[in-house]
Amino acid sequence: MFSEYIGRCSNKVKNVVERGAVKKFAEAIGDSHPIYWDEETGKKSRYQRNIAPPTFPRVFDYGAIEGLKLPSKGLIHGEQRFHYERPLYVGEELYCYSKVEDYYEKQSSMGKLGFLVITNYGEDSSGNVIFTSTSTIIITETVRKAMVV
Amino acid sequence: MTKMVELQVGDSLKEVQLSPVSRLDLIKYAGASGDYNPIHTIDEEAKKAGLPGIIAHGMWTMGNLAKLFTPYYEEGFIQDYFVRFKSMVFLNDVITLKATVKEKKEKKLYFDVFAVNQNGKEVVKGEVVFSIY
Repeated sequence: MFSEYIGRCSNKVKNVVERGAVKKFAEAIGDSHPIYWDEETGKKSRYQRNIAPPTFPRVFDYGAIEGLKLPSKGLIHGEQRFHYERPLYVGEELYCYSKVEDYYEKQSSMGKLGFLVITNYGEDSSGNVIFTSTSTIIITETVRKAMVV
Repeated sequence: MTKMVELQVGDSLKEVQLSPVSRLDLIKYAGASGDYNPIHTIDEEAKKAGLPGIIAHGMWTMGNLAKLFTPYYEEGFIQDYFVRFKSMVFLNDVITLKATVKEKKEKKLYFDVFAVNQNGKEVVKGEVVFSIY
């Protein structure tokens, strides 16, 4: 039921790596290192500014993939992958979008499971991809059946 | 602190044991990440979903695990970070974060990374590729 969406993308959305959001996120994962929030530490670092934690892209807006509706309940986050060309800089603008990379089903002890692979992309203003974030979401047979009804 | 480049295959980063998972930890993560799925914060919603109680966001555990590498930001950065969410994390679980070098190639260190609960069960397992400048 998701196979028809493979290859589809959302429209790019401009996001800013917001200073306050980075600090709050770093606190929420218990990583209070000053490289994320202290301006002096940032300036003296090799980056000459503050950076964001590697799992920070969770907060960005990636836009919606037209027609793709995911159930609000019952999804299982199976796997997660991040790839970086460099760390994200506090204050920079990134253009973010999502793409359905793959969908496949596998038989398991819990019935037939659906695996939806979605990659989020973050590009700089010149169109260079700075990070990708790929989620594998497991959709159980029960949840899929509820969606059809 | 040992430098990243001095680490050898089999060496580990300093383990971190987290405080028992609290509801406030998960409320804070929900707010900071924008993931308001109620199975992470509201008991009744977790029970409706067939869970014994609220569970941590997988991304909360993954986020925590990455902090083992934060002290080394001057030497390099996390180029690749992959995890599989293997088991659920419940309230009051005590999670220990671990990273061990499995391979060294040119300017890259490959780590096996784990988050393990108080019963020794792996809740998150994956790999970090740390790229040295």
